Amino acid sequence: MTTDSGTLAPARAGIAWIGRARRRSILLAGSGLLALVAVLCVGVAMGSVAIAPLDTLAIVTHRLFGIDLGRTWPASADTIVWDLRVPRVLTSMVVGTALAVAGATFQGLLRNPLADPYVLGTASGAALGAAIAVLLPVRFVVLGFGLLQGLAFVGALASIYTVYRLSRIGGLSPLTSLLLTGYAVGSLLAAGLAMAMYLSGAALRQIFSYLLGGFDAASWPQLAGTLPLVGVGCVLILMRARSLNGLLLGEETAAHLGIDVGRERAILLALASLITAAAVAVSGLIGFVGLVVPHVVRLVVGPNARLVLPLSALGGAVLLAVADVIARSAGEIPVGIVTALIGAPFFIVLLRRSRTGYEL
Amino acid sequence: MIGLHGIHVSFRDRVVLSGIELAIRAGDRVALVGPNGAGKSTLLRVLTGLLSPSQGEVSIGGDPLASLDRAAIARRIAVVPQQVVVPFSTRLEELVGLGRLPHEDPLRGARPADRAAVASAIERVGIGHLLGRDVRELSLGERQLALVALAVAQAAPVLILDEPTVHLDLRHQVATMELLVDLNVRDGTTVVAVLHDLGLAAHFFPRLVLLDGGRIVADGEPREVLSGQRIRDVFGVEPAMVHLPVPAW
Repeated sequence: MTTDSGTLAPARAGIAWIGRARRRSILLAGSGLLALVAVLCVGVAMGSVAIAPLDTLAIVTHRLFGIDLGRTWPASADTIVWDLRVPRVLTSMVVGTALAVAGATFQGLLRNPLADPYVLGTASGAALGAAIAVLLPVRFVVLGFGLLQGLAFVGALASIYTVYRLSRIGGLSPLTSLLLTGYAVGSLLAAGLAMAMYLSGAALRQIFSYLLGGFDAASWPQLAGTLPLVGVGCVLILMRARSLNGLLLGEETAAHLGIDVGRERAILLALASLITAAAVAVSGLIGFVGLVVPHVVRLVVGPNARLVLPLSALGGAVLLAVADVIARSAGEIPVGIVTALIGAPFFIVLLRRSRTGYEL
Repeated sequence: MIGLHGIHVSFRDRVVLSGIELAIRAGDRVALVGPNGAGKSTLLRVLTGLLSPSQGEVSIGGDPLASLDRAAIARRIAVVPQQVVVPFSTRLEELVGLGRLPHEDPLRGARPADRAAVASAIERVGIGHLLGRDVRELSLGERQLALVALAVAQAAPVLILDEPTVHLDLRHQVATMELLVDLNVRDGTTVVAVLHDLGLAAHFFPRLVLLDGGRIVADGEPREVLSGQRIRDVFGVEPAMVHLPVPAW
């Protein structure tokens, strides 16, 4: 055994190194969960109408568990806490999760640190869909979803499908082709959006508020429609973390590492687009969450998608819920403004502090 | 172990490979040499299943390559990628860990056995002092060794390299070559490498396969393959300028 110890000791040191990312991710997950609970409490307790914290607690426990804490409250308080605040906080979390997971997926798929959920045209498609819905003289609501949400969802998926199909024609490498086609189709849709806004007249404000994003229309039925799509989509993406890891070194190397690149890319693209579409349909276009959160997570735990995806989901939920609480307390300003105001400076500080910077 | 029979590859009407017959036995150490455009890289792409030949068949361990999925191929053939750009900050052990992907459970990820394989691959290649370093900070030579470690962690019986010494200085060229010889001799790994440098190929590889114009023009020991007449015919230079070293074995 004495002859072995010489070679085994460094190997053990190596294993210790390799386990490090796991420990850091457990730490990050723990603090993320604490933050999530904290922002949930603050988000539900806080608002323009003052409701005593104990009343809020009583309302929630009564609704959730049917436990009566022996307090009485006005019916309006019940509506405000249970039908407005709780679904709003939860919706912001679900949307934050969707955007962060989609961002991490697009960044990994396209091997591009600048990628976000909107990079391949989903945002322009959703925006054009929403603008058309605003301009159409038709109004209906099915299960909490109006024409605007419906057309935004369809627009996002239709645009990415177009980009994907168009990118497969032509001789460029698939990745370059995808990015360039996404840019081209996005520009075309943006022109359509500009036209719709030009023609919209009084409805301009409505289109504009969709573009800036927000949760003021959040409701239980909308949450019930969004949550399953986002939940299932995120779980299916997480199950493909291995493929995202393989793609880290490029498509050819991924193939050598046993990944069926063409199939995995199509599936991941579809899933990431689906959760993005589900998110933007209920929230409008909220920037920065999908770009910043995965990078912050990677700076802490490294590039392993098995850690980056779940931690991004958590981080996105926390960030967007916090941003929405700030947006509410600042007098209902659009949450997209808040995410950009928090996200951009934070991101710049992080980039300056990270040791190696980013290579494009 | 690996057999290529009647391989023919053409892009549109340009013939890139024709009539390739090649048998690589387990434990072989083979260098593919030849001038630019001879078809070496295409041959590697056929060998690793990235490119299906227009005609002919590739078999590995008795199975036709076309019948295996990517994961099954990855467990039999490890390919050392050419210098790669890593889009995100990645530590050495994380890069080498990618070599375990073909063995990982798709849902559960790396298990202790995988982490042990990564650690021992890093030790095997002799880059333990680089643990914890960002791959993008490493020199090209260190990065090349990290990529070899990735392939070693993959634990496939066949190791394939495409121009492993390009961009490297002389010391790292020799270090990489010695590592390949060591992996071949001590671990019994079959090594197939495309090499530009005939001197390195002749010195470190007992078997050379010379390609020219999409055909194998010679296959054998370095001194047979690299005869004066062939060097003149294939590379268009006088062999006196090449200074062939005499192999030590």
